[in-house]
Amino acid sequence: MKRTLVCLMVLGAFLALVAAPVSAETLELLTWKGYAPKELIDKFQAETGITVKATYTNNEEMIAKLRATRGAGFDLAQPSQDRISSVQAKYKIYQPIDYDKLKKDQIIASMLEAVKKNTLVDGNSFGVPHVYGTSGLVINKNFAGDAKDYTDLLDSKYKGRVSYRLKRPTLIGVAFAMGKDPFALYNDPTAYQALMEEVGQKLIEGKPLVKNYWTNGDAIKESLRSGEVHLAMAWEVGAWQLYAENPDIDFVAPKSGALGWIDTFAIPAKAKNVEGAYKWINFMLRPENAAVFTNDQKYGTASKGAVNLYEPAVKANFTRCFTDADIDNIKWYPPVPVKLEEIEGKILDKVKAAQ
Amino acid sequence: MPRRFHITLPLVCFLTPVLLWLVLMIVLPHVDLLRMSLRVEDIEGNVSWGFANYLNFFKEPIYWLTFVRTAVYSIMVTFMTFVVALPVAFYITKVAAPRFQGFLMMLLLMPFWVSELVRVYGWMILLRESGVINHFLTRLGILTQPIEMLYNDVTMVMGLVYTSMLFMAVPLVSVLESLDDSLIEAAYDLGANMGTILFRIVIPHAMPGIVSGSIVVFMLTLGNYLTPNLMGGKNSLWFTEQIYNQFIASFNWNQGSAFGFLLLVLSSLVIWVGLKLTRQKLSRVVQ
Repeated sequence: MKRTLVCLMVLGAFLALVAAPVSAETLELLTWKGYAPKELIDKFQAETGITVKATYTNNEEMIAKLRATRGAGFDLAQPSQDRISSVQAKYKIYQPIDYDKLKKDQIIASMLEAVKKNTLVDGNSFGVPHVYGTSGLVINKNFAGDAKDYTDLLDSKYKGRVSYRLKRPTLIGVAFAMGKDPFALYNDPTAYQALMEEVGQKLIEGKPLVKNYWTNGDAIKESLRSGEVHLAMAWEVGAWQLYAENPDIDFVAPKSGALGWIDTFAIPAKAKNVEGAYKWINFMLRPENAAVFTNDQKYGTASKGAVNLYEPAVKANFTRCFTDADIDNIKWYPPVPVKLEEIEGKILDKVKAAQ
Repeated sequence: MPRRFHITLPLVCFLTPVLLWLVLMIVLPHVDLLRMSLRVEDIEGNVSWGFANYLNFFKEPIYWLTFVRTAVYSIMVTFMTFVVALPVAFYITKVAAPRFQGFLMMLLLMPFWVSELVRVYGWMILLRESGVINHFLTRLGILTQPIEMLYNDVTMVMGLVYTSMLFMAVPLVSVLESLDDSLIEAAYDLGANMGTILFRIVIPHAMPGIVSGSIVVFMLTLGNYLTPNLMGGKNSLWFTEQIYNQFIASFNWNQGSAFGFLLLVLSSLVIWVGLKLTRQKLSRVVQ
């Protein structure tokens, strides 16, 4: 009797060991800060038994990480749609998306088509739309109530109270405000370089007006909140978080057009848990989950029908800051061809080094 | 008859971790970096091999000017750290009562229990326009309105000196401990003043400590990324930041590797010149 008991216990322990890896199925997610709220991770685990492990990063580091491992180490990544095709063509770090595995009826069709088109490489597409948003101006109405466009960032009226990132969106925003269309020059590197030189010169002239070039979202929010900065170029969501604390600070869609981005789901080439990745994509785009995400993070998503489930204050943000004309005027980033980043990098170095 | 070098089991056991460390962590990555730095890609993506990445550094003034700036500031920081750390080390070893020495060393070490990032943010909270120092100065009526103390070279140098203090103070303390007090007393007896004692007795005796501390501080400052980036703000392009930009922002790993190698070569060169000027031997300094 005693012996059978021991046998059973040993067998039980052995089974537990064998079963353990199954119950501990994980999904390694490479994403942006805030894109995997804890509420949804818990719900996903309860539903599927998969534990989501999120690593937070940005576009550039995402590409660098996947490039270093040739697409291993993560099951799902969330690069912006304009940063997929050239990277994929060169480094082959993603695998094609099987669109039949997606629940298409819960995705906004026009966005899905646009992302499919923009991430097309050699006949395969590599992205599924998830979150979208724009960059534009964040103003403190008491001091910069009449700021309308990116060129106001270079206006001596706001000396010492201006902040923006030294990154490609700033170059592109200022180029649009100068009346040029940088996107039209994407396939003409020489003309693009000339335009960027011009923009760089403007930024160098405007350098004495800048408080600092911000590098992280929390730092710029703190500068705006404390009143050190009155006018900044940033994402609408940061502005809306500040608006909730102090209605004097709000987002303005610039006259020459807010710059629109779409962050996608893309599956790395050597992903281990591909099935889990598709489950997570379908889970995140389900309207009630997408609404939880938006109510928490304020960003809009590609989920069809989620809008009806937004909290009123969140919904009000969209209607207050974007008229229909503003939405039509959003400049969506087209895919970035190779080598443009190098041109831009040199210009940005020049601006940073200028005295 | 000279002793033969025998490969014995204990030798293998003790040497393997060191060799693995050297080969896997240092030699192999550097070989790969060297290979990448010699790879040249043109606009169409065609690959050839050559020194174009290195030539870029000399052809483009922003790159070498940034490097010169970084090197000059690093030398300055090293010197200032020495000036600040010497009195501290002298006080701990020679002036303070022996039973307080451990306590004082502890005070010196304490800030390093938190990470560099946290310390830099601490400075930013103190110095920013709406920060602690400005708040008190305006309260006391010394300033009529707050001024921005962050985002300039002076703050950045101060931050760098603060970050590297410990690495200068510890070698100085250990080298000054071996200085016989009677030498200083004898000098006083013979009528020497403080300046003479400092320059004829203390500094010559402390030279190995000074040089090893300087090498560490110089290397750390030259390779620092956080402090110049966060405290220096808009005007502080540091060379490490350019390497980061090449790798991360422009995806130009080949150029970034070339910059990395140039940093390695040029910093070794600066240290070699420093050793020659102070007539020290590396083998003695690293002891």
